[in-house]
Amino acid sequence: MSTATESPKTTADAPKNRGKAPAGERVADWADGRLGIYSLAKANMRKIFPDHWSFLLGEICLYSFVILILTGVYLTLFFVPSMAEVEYHGSFEPMQGLLMSEAYASALDINFEVRGGLLVRQIHHWAALIFVVGIFLHMFRVFFTGAFRKPREVNWLFGFLLLVLAIFTGLTGYSLPDDSLSGIGIRLMEAAILAVPVVGSYLQMFIFGGEFPGHDIIPRFFVTHVLLLPGIMLGLVVAHLILIVYHKHTHYAGPGRTNENVVGYPLLPVYMAKAGGFFFLVFGVITMIAATVTINPIWLLGPYRPDQVSTDAQPDWYLGFSEGLVRMMPGWEWVIPGGYTLNFGLLIPLAVFPAMLAVIGLYPFFESWVTKDKREHHIAQRPRNSPTRTGLGVAWLTAFGVTTIGGGNDLFAVHFNLSINAITWFCRIGFFVLPVLAFFITRRICMGLQRRDRDKVLHGRETGIIKRLPHGEFVEVHQPLPQDQLHVLTSHDQATPMEVGPETDENGVRRRINPVERVRARLSRTYYGEQAQIPKPTSEEYHEITSGHGHH
Amino acid sequence: MKKLSVRRRHPLAAFVVLLLALAATGGLYATLAPADEAQAETSAQSLAIEEGKRLYEVGCSSCHGRGAQGGSDGPSLVGVGAASVDFQVGTGRMPMAQTGPQAPEKPAVYTQAEIDQLAAYIASLGPGPNVPEESAYDPARGDAARGGELFRSNCSQCHNFVGSGGALTNGKEAPSLRDVEPRYIFEAMLTGPQNMPSFPDTTLTEQDKLDIIAWLDEVATSESPSPGGFSLGGYGPVGEGLFAWTFGIGALIAVAVWIGARSTKARKS
Amino acid sequence: MSTHNDDNTPHDETPGEHLPEGRGHGAGELSPADDPFADPGLPAHEHRRQDIDERAAQRSERTVALLFTVSVLATIGFIASYVAIPIDRIVYIWPFGHVSGLNFALGLTLGLALFCIGAGAVHWARTLMSDEEMVDERHPVAASEEVRAQVFEDFRQGVAESQFGRRKLVRNTMFGALALVPLSGVVLLRDLGPLPHDKLRHSRWKEGSLVINESTQTPLRPEDIPVGALVQAMPEGLDPHDEDFQVEIAKAAVMLVRLEPEDIKDQRSADWGHEGILCYSKICTHIGCPATLYEQQTHHALCPCHQSTFDLADGARVIFGPAGHPLPQLRITVNEDGYLAALGDFEEPPGPSFWERG
Repeated sequence: MSTATESPKTTADAPKNRGKAPAGERVADWADGRLGIYSLAKANMRKIFPDHWSFLLGEICLYSFVILILTGVYLTLFFVPSMAEVEYHGSFEPMQGLLMSEAYASALDINFEVRGGLLVRQIHHWAALIFVVGIFLHMFRVFFTGAFRKPREVNWLFGFLLLVLAIFTGLTGYSLPDDSLSGIGIRLMEAAILAVPVVGSYLQMFIFGGEFPGHDIIPRFFVTHVLLLPGIMLGLVVAHLILIVYHKHTHYAGPGRTNENVVGYPLLPVYMAKAGGFFFLVFGVITMIAATVTINPIWLLGPYRPDQVSTDAQPDWYLGFSEGLVRMMPGWEWVIPGGYTLNFGLLIPLAVFPAMLAVIGLYPFFESWVTKDKREHHIAQRPRNSPTRTGLGVAWLTAFGVTTIGGGNDLFAVHFNLSINAITWFCRIGFFVLPVLAFFITRRICMGLQRRDRDKVLHGRETGIIKRLPHGEFVEVHQPLPQDQLHVLTSHDQATPMEVGPETDENGVRRRINPVERVRARLSRTYYGEQAQIPKPTSEEYHEITSGHGHH
Repeated sequence: MKKLSVRRRHPLAAFVVLLLALAATGGLYATLAPADEAQAETSAQSLAIEEGKRLYEVGCSSCHGRGAQGGSDGPSLVGVGAASVDFQVGTGRMPMAQTGPQAPEKPAVYTQAEIDQLAAYIASLGPGPNVPEESAYDPARGDAARGGELFRSNCSQCHNFVGSGGALTNGKEAPSLRDVEPRYIFEAMLTGPQNMPSFPDTTLTEQDKLDIIAWLDEVATSESPSPGGFSLGGYGPVGEGLFAWTFGIGALIAVAVWIGARSTKARKS
Repeated sequence: MSTHNDDNTPHDETPGEHLPEGRGHGAGELSPADDPFADPGLPAHEHRRQDIDERAAQRSERTVALLFTVSVLATIGFIASYVAIPIDRIVYIWPFGHVSGLNFALGLTLGLALFCIGAGAVHWARTLMSDEEMVDERHPVAASEEVRAQVFEDFRQGVAESQFGRRKLVRNTMFGALALVPLSGVVLLRDLGPLPHDKLRHSRWKEGSLVINESTQTPLRPEDIPVGALVQAMPEGLDPHDEDFQVEIAKAAVMLVRLEPEDIKDQRSADWGHEGILCYSKICTHIGCPATLYEQQTHHALCPCHQSTFDLADGARVIFGPAGHPLPQLRITVNEDGYLAALGDFEEPPGPSFWERG
């Protein structure tokens, strides 16, 4: 750090303040001499953050994560991660004398013996659900506005890994109380491991420390849930935040907002107050939800026994899609020569589940490969201006939605008076058909919106005022847009699709064209071709129309 | 004492003893047996059966056939017992409004008196489980903890942990047990209505049933405590997920919109 | 503001022809005055009431202070609730139902205390702190050409000084050592659990095991089970207090149903039962949930977890859902005392399938 070289200057400049600098300044000086905080503060104290509600979705996740850590630490003070069998003699009457694991008994005690334990447990669980909801919405925002493009692909990957880890931290977390519902989740995991070809039964024995359920899985999940996964997540969260600060936030197009600047409010004081305040707001809202709405009433579910079960056996919502994949599968099981079993009923969902997640993580690289776009992007796109991407996103969401419905098929059957078999068949077919439909419909809608933007730019806004011309014709008065809106509606990029080049070279000899390049050119056309973008109006068009006869 | 012991061996002693015994038995019978009442009950019973038969022929016979032998649209009712009738008609499941995967619960069509008459008629056709005594289903007499255990073994797979109900195959469903009268729960276990398997006393004792009823009384009524707050219907993680996606994140987004919104500008003069 | 950014990365190697021409509108030669779509620049800052009217600002100040004060009071309320309300007090609060008074009071007071701090801070930021938008310039992330060259030069020099490329023996043995050393960690995982052997193939059922009704904990007799009944059962000698009860019940749990003998479509199944009483493993062959949603009229057993449906009248054949094979059936008979007893273990492993299952 440069403090050593600067110190003579500082002493020369500030002899009069020496000795009577306020205490805060002296502490800061002390810290700067050792940590170099001033250069950090110089760069960041007045850092600009753009203001938009959708930019706060990520903060919901961050704060939920902090809440999860705070409440989680509290819960570990009382939770006993042990599968040793005990007889319950706590204050919850309808469980008196039942045999249960220590984990379940201590979870009951958190609810019924520890004052406020029920509240903290409910805050923890609600915050977990909202954490993953927040991650989803945050990723929608980033995806549909193209904010994952260069230079932010790595940060997208960090966020994606956080999503995956959040899902697995959730899975290990809701399994801990060893109640009848979460035990089913562990049983599914066991069967999934058993289904792995060749090594399945060995893996199962190692992970469970013997046969299902054994006595080891809860302690092992515990250490995974409270130490291993959150530790990795904490590291990723920090890296994610550092990159956000380093890249500076994207912003939406607007007057004065360009690809080379960021417009907004400074960290100190406005964002300090807004972001800091938002932490308390998120914590407050989740606490009030936890005060008024039950989540996972484990005292009603009973201790886990492998021979007992309840209908409505679902995982938390973010695993609903994997549950749906499993429910939708037909019962395909092959015994291959040699007497070995391939259980496709589990293997295929087990392959599709990570694949559905992986495509999220890999998408930015796919898009930049197709579009050959290597520039930095800092302006958030409007989803309509990238119809193919928007269509793909909606298609993924449709597949996710169909599988999630499949995961709750029993409840949908009861509440909509449908046949569970019919819903399952709907999901089986819908999983393949609906995303395709959603893709084309979405792209159409985007094109329509682009066309409307073009009309608005060229012809102005419809005012709803009807005017009668001297020769009797009725026209609607269109009001020209102000310049800032004209700018916003025309400021987006429009690339031309990639060409593979002529089939023959200048001598008329057939060129060898790499088939991968052909595919790439084809994909590029779906992104930038005629079916994906309406040409923006040019100044010439605008002048021609506006200089002519005013209000059409 | 001595006199008695001397005459014990008298040839007539046996007759005397026999006479005394007969007199005692007869007298005992005369005092204990409610001869008139029995007669009255029998006639009331036959009257009820008569009435029940009439009701049956009007309301039930089109499906279950004359004489309740069963028809194309309904099973035979011979031997289903009074408990079955009390359950099916008392909960409004019978008569069915239309054929479907299963008969849904609806307001009862018959009064309790008429149901009793119908039950008497059906019970007269063949032996079957009777309507239980009130004490047999008094939740206060059961052990809720044990009942919970039994419920999770035998019932929750269809009816859900807290009796919220659940789906069966092809549009059938296990109904919600919330706020269902203990009597009907008892009768359902006893008789196994529609697709529900039966749990006769040989496999689930009367005490077991009582315990299950006590558990349901603890967790599945509108008076049941829900310490954590609003129960979301007891449907498990699906309801919780929906809540998180609507109210939960909705409230937070509302807050975020407030934070991100432009502050009100002074009115331009 | 410039409307041009044709290329803001120094290493852009892409051919330019298919890329857009930046944010200009195909009319770079037009001056901003002629270009109707030119960026008009940041709009002028407009004042809020609070910026020009001190009374409005004071109102805002009071609102913020009020919010913070409410938070203080709510925290006091939280502590008071913690001390005053017994943990087992159930109160009726519309519309939430019969809820724990303590949870409700603690949650609402804590929630309010937190929310008011946040609301106060945000209101402060929105109404009193400067709301003049500011601009920060961005700079390309990628380093300049000179820096890049310097880095590569340094790297090459460092590698050369290490003699990494020249001393192949050092390099190769190091790679070997680094590749092998994690093996120790893998080996250490061996004692996580036992080897499977044939554990998954056997359950506690053996010849002569009585069939114990799980509800009554007594041995079952055929006459206990009428047509239409469903009984959950387990082998004799299994006690919930046993150390390995959970492991054993996870394989040995069975359900018994009685069908009219003429309804049984599968002859082998009928033979393995006793007078229409069939005893099936209730552990679903898909993932191992108890598949005990038995419909007595259709004789279907449904699994609540993934809706695998088994036809118990037809050897528990899978008729719907993801399960790959039927529920194993236990052969039962009646012993000399008139109780139902097993004729042996399951013929095939109960529960979810696995590679070696066959």
